[in-house]
Amino acid sequence: MGAHHHHAPPSDVRIRVRAIESLLLEKGLVDSAAMDKIVETFEKDIGPRRGAEVVAHAWTDPEYRKRLLENGTAAIGEFGYTGLQAEEMIVVEDTPKVHNMVVCTLCSCYPWTVLGLPPVWYKSAPYRSRVVIDPRGVLKEFGVTLPESTEIRVWDSNSELRYMVLPMRPEGTEGLSEEALAELITRDSMIGTGLPKTPAEVAA
Amino acid sequence: MNGVQDMGGMHNMGPIVHEANEPVFHEEWERRAFAMLLLCLGGGHYNLDMARRAIELMPPAEYLDTSYYEHWMHGLEVLMAEDGSLTREEIDARVAQLAAAGVH
Repeated sequence: MGAHHHHAPPSDVRIRVRAIESLLLEKGLVDSAAMDKIVETFEKDIGPRRGAEVVAHAWTDPEYRKRLLENGTAAIGEFGYTGLQAEEMIVVEDTPKVHNMVVCTLCSCYPWTVLGLPPVWYKSAPYRSRVVIDPRGVLKEFGVTLPESTEIRVWDSNSELRYMVLPMRPEGTEGLSEEALAELITRDSMIGTGLPKTPAEVAA
Repeated sequence: MNGVQDMGGMHNMGPIVHEANEPVFHEEWERRAFAMLLLCLGGGHYNLDMARRAIELMPPAEYLDTSYYEHWMHGLEVLMAEDGSLTREEIDARVAQLAAAGVH
């Protein structure tokens, strides 16, 4: 799907994008430097390290955790992470009984400001169609097997409301600093298709 | 709208392809497309709801056979034409010009 079978040959897409860019530049509707700046921002500054910072802070500060679960938008805003595609954020908490997963079945809504741009699989038809009817099967494809007794909740995002998962803090991490904890927190663990790494996995 | 984009619960869409260490963008045209989309959005030519609607009006077979950034470029073309900022004819003419100049 998607990137793997284009209807049009890739060269046609490339040339069309280039044509549109040249026209928009000539008309003064976009600016080349501004375009470069946007790309640089999303490639270098905005990404899942931000979400990991938020989660690590929630793991170590019970008051912050409470605020994050009560009002995700405001608590994430404390880090200065606000704006496009994170206007209204709800953070859902994993527990020993409940595992959360996030999808956008209708398009690809995703909390850009804390996780960056979504991976291709998140935007793909296979994930969007299946995670809501077979979350356990999807988790298995991601290499995650949960006890049968764990309830799985799937949250369907939309353009006004976006979700992020607060995964469980792994055992054996009691002495770790927030920075070391953040290293354990993967993008997928904040979407719910993965779990945080263990300290041993990070060291490996 | 009850369209192909409303795919929650559909069967038989195939395996999920999970790429390890996936880059933010895979190709240069995706970078340029993304930046144009944001700048035209910021320029007030459309809003996100309009963009989603334009994508949802794609023919279903085309929607399923194209990638995320192709969906957005389709939306951009439709909305910039509606806005009167850029016509399909202008784009087609420029594509032909670039192709004739050997750009690919």
